[in-house]
Amino acid sequence: MECKGEALCAEVIRISASDVGKCMRCGKCSASCPSYDEMEYHPHEFAYMVSSGDADALLESDSAYKCVSCLTCSERCPCGVAPSRLVEAFRIIKARERSNAAFAPERSVFDDGEIPGQALVSAFRKFSK
Amino acid sequence: MFVCHCGTNIAGTVDVEAVADAMKSESGVVYSATYQYMCSQSGQDIIKKAIRDYELGGIVVCSCSPRMHEATFRKAASSVGMNPYMVEIANIREQCSWVHKNREDATSKAITLARAAVAKLKLNFPLTPGESGVTKRALVIGGGIAGIQTALDIADAGYKVDIVEKSPTIGGKMAQLDKTFPTLDCAACILTPKMVDAAQNENIRIFSYSEVESVSGYVGNFTVTVKKKARYVKEDVCTGCGLCTEKCPRKKIPSEFNLGMDNRSAVYIPFAQAVPKVAVIDSEHCMMLKENKCGVCSKVCTAGAIDYTQKDEYIEEKYGAIVVATGYEPISLERFGEYARGMSPDVITSLEFERLTSAAGPTHGKLVRPSDKMKPNTVVFVQCVGSRCEPSLGKGKEYCSKICCMYTAKHAMLTKEKYPDAEVYVFYIDVRTPGKNFDEFYRRAAEEYGVKYIKGMVGKITPDGERLNVSASDLICRKKLEIKADLVVLAAAIEPSPTARALATKLASSMDTNGFFTEAHPKLRPVESPTAGVFLSGACQGPRDIPETVAQAGAAAAKVIGLLSKERLTANPCVAVCDEEMCSGCSVCGNVCPYGAITYVEKEFRVPGGRTKARRVASVNEAVCQGCGCCAVACMSGAMELKGFMSSQIMAEVDAICRTSR
Repeated sequence: MECKGEALCAEVIRISASDVGKCMRCGKCSASCPSYDEMEYHPHEFAYMVSSGDADALLESDSAYKCVSCLTCSERCPCGVAPSRLVEAFRIIKARERSNAAFAPERSVFDDGEIPGQALVSAFRKFSK
Repeated sequence: MFVCHCGTNIAGTVDVEAVADAMKSESGVVYSATYQYMCSQSGQDIIKKAIRDYELGGIVVCSCSPRMHEATFRKAASSVGMNPYMVEIANIREQCSWVHKNREDATSKAITLARAAVAKLKLNFPLTPGESGVTKRALVIGGGIAGIQTALDIADAGYKVDIVEKSPTIGGKMAQLDKTFPTLDCAACILTPKMVDAAQNENIRIFSYSEVESVSGYVGNFTVTVKKKARYVKEDVCTGCGLCTEKCPRKKIPSEFNLGMDNRSAVYIPFAQAVPKVAVIDSEHCMMLKENKCGVCSKVCTAGAIDYTQKDEYIEEKYGAIVVATGYEPISLERFGEYARGMSPDVITSLEFERLTSAAGPTHGKLVRPSDKMKPNTVVFVQCVGSRCEPSLGKGKEYCSKICCMYTAKHAMLTKEKYPDAEVYVFYIDVRTPGKNFDEFYRRAAEEYGVKYIKGMVGKITPDGERLNVSASDLICRKKLEIKADLVVLAAAIEPSPTARALATKLASSMDTNGFFTEAHPKLRPVESPTAGVFLSGACQGPRDIPETVAQAGAAAAKVIGLLSKERLTANPCVAVCDEEMCSGCSVCGNVCPYGAITYVEKEFRVPGGRTKARRVASVNEAVCQGCGCCAVACMSGAMELKGFMSSQIMAEVDAICRTSR
């Protein structure tokens, strides 16, 4: 599935169920982010780029894998935008692009060198809640 | 039947002659005419002449919205002896000509609307408005700058005013401020003379340390009970010398006035310029009141003002008008753990900053860190703490608190003035400075004083030894910032006073979802509450600064003076009426009435067999009823009706419309 431009943003919003329109550009998410210096694009830019309909650069960047899924950005966001869910949506879209075979039960995801470790940590965080 | 062209406003889309012609054949219509501007003098003359010539029982004017000219036409009709409530308006402008383009459709709709008005008019009956007197005394609830200014303005016009203030002194939040924006003049210098004026004005009575206990009555005739809390000091005897406060052995009680940054004694005067300057004993901490041990204050008081046996006193008074001026409070920052509030004494709120810089404050105006009383070299201001938050998260307030941008600019400047070498940062989301000389003030902070304005919220503050680690991001430079600060000032959102909700219930006055009092109309009636005779002044209605508050206080006073200057009040006769034969006394109408106009009475009714039986029925106070019609809708037995809008009249209109469109 080739996903770009507006369609990509719509898909991110669908997966994340995040109301990016509520973002008032306060930047508290980025100010709280422990991976800020590692990331090319920062949490507030995820919200801003998705709401502006042009987020292709986020898919090409590895910023989504620099996120440690601490979920602090979502906790602190005064608008309830939940940037961590947006970041997670990009990881999901990337995983789906690689085909779901990566997640087939007969194949241990732990052995797959191609999956960045961060995706695994995020998945554990998400599903252990 | 009078059909108005309204220039081309109506005649452009509606064939007014056709409307007039069609109505000529309508049953009950004896005269039908058109005119270019029915509301003009000559148009009104046509109406008056026709009423006289044809001895008309009622008229229909097909024109603009009744909001525009109903009063005009009613006045014209009553000048020639017709009851004004026998005038009906068919709105063929806003609801017809302005919203349609097709001339044929618009004309036929205008005819339908005219027919409906005729059908209703046939069932109209003359109404006579009731009258009531006006008590020439006003009550102002709250003694901050809003309440003081309102009271002074009303008193200046020669009317008696009482101020009820819950704390031991008037002055409110403004008394706690150091300087005021955008002129940087000192708050005390402009407020305290007003406090003294209020105390000395012979038309003003101040009930300090008092609360409104109950309110009954209606516009022009309120009866209010005020609870004067026992202060254990005779107000008329105490000279305010302060000897008792010096000798009191209980001295470690956090001072409310200085926001807990220093201590007061159990018997205290809130601050040096308090009005009335009378001591008050805090019954929670006084050893004499709690354990009957001590009595030092009574021994040292040369005036003999101390009275440990004082009890709460209830005063009942009648008022013609009530002004609400209950003001605001900063919100609690409990839920903002990320800002280390409570973890370090050097994270303070903006109001605490005011006390720190005030010459009458705990440090006598020396700006120092609360922890070690040292000079702060790096000061960080964080704006919008608890303002502009998604309400469903339950952390802060949805609205902008409005005053924070300006007072933060002021605080930043004051810091730079005291310590020119200090690093001062302001973290903002937006800087909002509409107002006269406001943006210039903010720019002065940034340009002349070198305050560093950084776009972006602070993410976290962590105490780090003696200093505070501030993590933030500069959104414009795309840079992470870690600042070692000595002092952090949080611009906490403001919310209505916690006492406001209970008061709104007592006044039957409505509030919005944030707990601010609602105005009767956001643009055209901004200082009146929807409850007749209750007016609003200051931040009880929404966040506002001092200039706005003073302006609104004057506006509220003008409205009160207008009301009190009337000898008698004419009520709207379109009020609810109860058919007692139908009423079952179920209380539904009383529960839905927003104005508290409905009470229930036991009445004797005749029953078969020549006997009588007592039954509970609704009774409408016509002076309080605003004619909203909620009761008529809610009544399950159809006993409640609204005069001028009876169910039979509305149904006749609906029938007429349905008949025509068939």
